[in-house]
Amino acid sequence: MPEIRNFTLNFGPAHPAAHGVLRLVLEMDGEMIVRADPHIGLLHRGTEKLVESKPYNQSIGYMDRLDYVSMMCNEHGYVLAIEKLLGIEVPIRAQYIRTMFDEITRILNHLLWIAGHSLDVGAMTMFLYAFREREDLMDAYEAVSGARLHATYYRPGGVNRDLPDSMPQYEKTRWRDEAEVKRQNANRQGSLLDFLEDFTNRFPSKVDEYETLLTDNRIWKQRLVGVGVVSPERALQMGFTGPMLRGSGIEWDLRKKQPYAAYSQVDFDIPVGTNGDSYDRYLVRIEEFRQSNRIIKQCIDWLRHHPGPVRSGNHKVTPPKRADMKHDMEALIHHFKLMTEGYCLPAGEAYAAIEHPKGEFACYLISDGANKPYRLKIRAPGFAHLSGMNEMARGHMLSDVVAIIGSQDIVFGEVDR
Amino acid sequence: MSSKIEELQVYLNTHLAGKFTSSVLALGELTLEIPVRSWLDVCNFLRHDEQTQFEQLSDLCGVDYIAYGQAEWDTQASSTGFSRAVQVADVDLFDFDQVKLKDEPSEAEAGKRFAVVLHLLSIKRNMRIRLRTFCEDSAYPVVPSVVRIWNSANWYEREAFDLFGIMFNHHPDLRRILTDYGFIGHPLRKDFPLAGQVEMRYDPLQKRVIYEPVSIVTQPNVPRVIRQDQPSIASQERDN
Repeated sequence: MPEIRNFTLNFGPAHPAAHGVLRLVLEMDGEMIVRADPHIGLLHRGTEKLVESKPYNQSIGYMDRLDYVSMMCNEHGYVLAIEKLLGIEVPIRAQYIRTMFDEITRILNHLLWIAGHSLDVGAMTMFLYAFREREDLMDAYEAVSGARLHATYYRPGGVNRDLPDSMPQYEKTRWRDEAEVKRQNANRQGSLLDFLEDFTNRFPSKVDEYETLLTDNRIWKQRLVGVGVVSPERALQMGFTGPMLRGSGIEWDLRKKQPYAAYSQVDFDIPVGTNGDSYDRYLVRIEEFRQSNRIIKQCIDWLRHHPGPVRSGNHKVTPPKRADMKHDMEALIHHFKLMTEGYCLPAGEAYAAIEHPKGEFACYLISDGANKPYRLKIRAPGFAHLSGMNEMARGHMLSDVVAIIGSQDIVFGEVDR
Repeated sequence: MSSKIEELQVYLNTHLAGKFTSSVLALGELTLEIPVRSWLDVCNFLRHDEQTQFEQLSDLCGVDYIAYGQAEWDTQASSTGFSRAVQVADVDLFDFDQVKLKDEPSEAEAGKRFAVVLHLLSIKRNMRIRLRTFCEDSAYPVVPSVVRIWNSANWYEREAFDLFGIMFNHHPDLRRILTDYGFIGHPLRKDFPLAGQVEMRYDPLQKRVIYEPVSIVTQPNVPRVIRQDQPSIASQERDN
């Protein structure tokens, strides 16, 4: 009898299914996984250290780059922590805008998740479908902030500016003729809200398309059903949040349980799974597409009929209007102080958590009264999820690891920070 | 919700009396400060007690309090006027190696450098709580590990060890997690320079990657300022 020993397999960090830079050291018994040891930190940029060296507002951009597929939600967690310590009010219109863009971000995130997840499992078409819809939402990002990905749009005390009245248009080029341009610009004739309304009307049928491709697909179910099962007790023990927790059957959503922004004003349901396997988590996220769409619709409706300020009038925190600075000495001083030194937060600490597309994203901010954070701890949902990888993958086949990584919706920007 | 947290504070005051040094309720968040020796007792109680049931550990992080309340710019006018720059006068401007931290901590402050902060969440009661413990020895900070109470603490404690050098007793696998293999130092400590200590480049002569002391100088664009005289922003908010 030859001696049979476990052997160690290195997975990643440059594997296409490693979702970035995950390095997994797998101890294998044949094709079965005995132990999975994720090595992370290959994308560690020291965000928490960098933030300590800059005034509060200059760090909003770093938040975009944490989970770089749900940019505005990260910003939301950060500005909420600052607002909590400052004790300032955010205008109601800004809160609705934040709610709407949080949900747009949720759809953006889940679209990239379904694209990557299904590509890993072998469904190429989904990738193309999902990116088609992402394009529209990134145009909405661009219209409101000028950037398609890293928006830096939220500010303590509101958002950077009001929603634009017109959408950017496609232009005629050598490769795009007049008729094509007209077709592409057809839903861009009105304001951003018109454009988004058109999107929300189209989107449910697109989700139906995804479901036709995947939900009852035999191969898809063979790869996901019963893979990476997590019991509700274990999900809590391992610090799972968001769809990972709801997939295990625990009805917990910060948007409902600890509402922030305008979530207490809008109507939506929380989808919950029953088995806690990858397939249930898939179903939960698919339903979140529809619920997010519903929230966006309600926000559009509200925003159409309620014009108003989108930034707090407190110029110790938000810059005054450019026109005011031309004749008002105080406005000029406020602007100068804000742009050179920033604002000081009262000494204290705050923990602000939001329901990020991936789970509970929170910023724990300690201030000693200075214009820079003393310490900012970013609680990233993916970090806790990935730490549960060993337990989820144990006893499964090597190919299931790919399905589990996909189902965890890992993005390394936030895991490594 | 805030009344619920007040009830919790009263409940803990009676049931955990003597186990914590202070309980502060601020901004709707309850913070308990716990001496290291009763750290595990309190955690166990909060996890299992019928009235608390904090079944999830949301977050665990280290904090380095050594530079707390230190500013780079004096905001009070003195006989020589306001200070005008980041560097103070008696500092050699061209000595870039100096670490500007306060002198040796006094007896009272010893052991107040490193803290471990824990955020717990109770899903059944929809409540959060924050626990803080200060390590007794700043040179060799040790805290008992809570991995057995909340398994999610595993990576968080590894992170706190990596970034702050805080040791966790009885942790099953205390390795570095975020920094590079073979990294030296604990980067989130306040005396660790922002630009790091070594930089890496490919040396064509030796035909390998080498480490050298960093060549760039960190210069803050905006000095760190603490303003006490500024009227509270929140109070101004009420006037508006």
